[in-house]
Amino acid sequence: MSDRRIIPIGPYHPLQEEPELFRLEVDGETVVDLDVEVGWNHRGIEKLCETKTYDQVPFVVERICGICSTSHPLAYVQAVEDAGNIEVPERALYIRTLVAELERLHSHLLWVGLAGHFLGYNTVWMWSWKYREPILDICETVTGNRNHYAMMKVGGVRRDILPEHVDYILSRLPEIEKFADLIKGAVLDDPVLHARLKGVGVMTADDIHDYGAVGPTSRASGVPGDVRRDDPYAAYGLVDWDVICVPQGDVFAKAVVRVLEMYETIKIIKGCLEKMPAGEIDSKPKVVAPGEGIGRHEAPRGEVFHYVRSDGTNRPIRHKIRAPTYVNLPTYKTSVIGESITDATIILAAIDPCYCCTERMAVYKHKGDPNEPIMTGSDLVRLSQEKTARLRKEFGL
Amino acid sequence: MSLKIKALTKSPWVYHLCAGGSCNNCDIEILDCLTPRFDVERFGVTLIGSVRHADALLVSGIVTKKTAPLVKQIWEQAPKPCLVVAIGGCACSQGMFKDCYTANPVPLDELIPVHAYVPGCPPKPETMIAGIVKLLGSLTK
Repeated sequence: MSDRRIIPIGPYHPLQEEPELFRLEVDGETVVDLDVEVGWNHRGIEKLCETKTYDQVPFVVERICGICSTSHPLAYVQAVEDAGNIEVPERALYIRTLVAELERLHSHLLWVGLAGHFLGYNTVWMWSWKYREPILDICETVTGNRNHYAMMKVGGVRRDILPEHVDYILSRLPEIEKFADLIKGAVLDDPVLHARLKGVGVMTADDIHDYGAVGPTSRASGVPGDVRRDDPYAAYGLVDWDVICVPQGDVFAKAVVRVLEMYETIKIIKGCLEKMPAGEIDSKPKVVAPGEGIGRHEAPRGEVFHYVRSDGTNRPIRHKIRAPTYVNLPTYKTSVIGESITDATIILAAIDPCYCCTERMAVYKHKGDPNEPIMTGSDLVRLSQEKTARLRKEFGL
Repeated sequence: MSLKIKALTKSPWVYHLCAGGSCNNCDIEILDCLTPRFDVERFGVTLIGSVRHADALLVSGIVTKKTAPLVKQIWEQAPKPCLVVAIGGCACSQGMFKDCYTANPVPLDELIPVHAYVPGCPPKPETMIAGIVKLLGSLTK
């Protein structure tokens, strides 16, 4: 007789912000298998986008995920610009980069805090979220909202960065650098975190290649994939910065990558403010020519990919989204299995999962008889009820 | 003032319930209320792990077809009296996801009773705190 048990985490669990279900199969303390069920958060955004005009879609894709709320619109507008061959003024490219990097800064601090929370080390949570507030202040000053910035637009950006904004950002940056030093010291030199995170949930470079993992998850295992460097867009090719990559592959390495990336982000922000040229921020395109295009952006969690097909009207006829967590999620199969149940929570959190980004739908092609009708959810329920009724009759109940 | 109302308003324990189709932003801003800048824990408001200890439910996001039975079940498990606060545009009115094919035909406020609406996308932490203070004030009047 096997001692295997299944431990469900979710769909509503105090540790989770959103509904998702992990079934951890454990043998004693060791996780031997796991299954992830998502779908509670599926809203049908791709379908919704097809009913909106090109200028309305950025507001919809922004609400795919509140933490990557610049990444999705940025990838989308690049896809539309690619499809319609639309030029973007240089100043707009710098503003896009600036906002995207501000988002990365607060997202990484958010992850450091949540990682501390998942370890039961709430001091880290409170401190890093305290230092996230000044960045949200900057976002609010520059874009008008703490999250959901609504800056991206096909052909440019919606709001300009005024000279007083530049002064304000520059005046707050030294403070943020000081916080980054503090977080770096507090997290990377903490004996408790070393003990809990080192050698836990190790993924090798081969695992990363096998699963196609992206973002900090891959860069923590020595695979330096970064769309910003590999396929430069916006102003990433125009300012000076480095890709952070460490070889260890454990959860601690992922923390190191995120903390060190904060410094690169500050470098990019400074570079953007320095080099930003004057001029137009919007090329005001009138039509999107028929065609198809893709847009990629290195979101804080990895590469986000948008595909748009245009038929010359004012709405996209197909819009496909692939979020970073979609490819990072299956890596749980290598990282969680074999670890103890107490470490499972932090390994599950280490890829910085975002289920609202991931909730895309797959369509199965109907292979049988073409005349056979496709069943809906209510048809299946009806079939099931009919079968129960039949069985009852059979057994004379 | 009855003892029940007094106990409810003294230091409300809140349970955060993401109803499903949310973008996570309201959820993060709810957590933000607990962190040092806003720090509602000073007033005894704390986020708890089980709905069975809750004085108030903070609901964010639209109710999807898949979560609707769970939301109803969680509300039934909450000890009464329990306040329900709809946080954000999606929970208040289904927002832009109203016409999505996964949106539950019955919105949140018809599925379970809602006592206060905090609109915004996302509402700022100050707005959420103001909303809850107003709700508690209306109980003690």
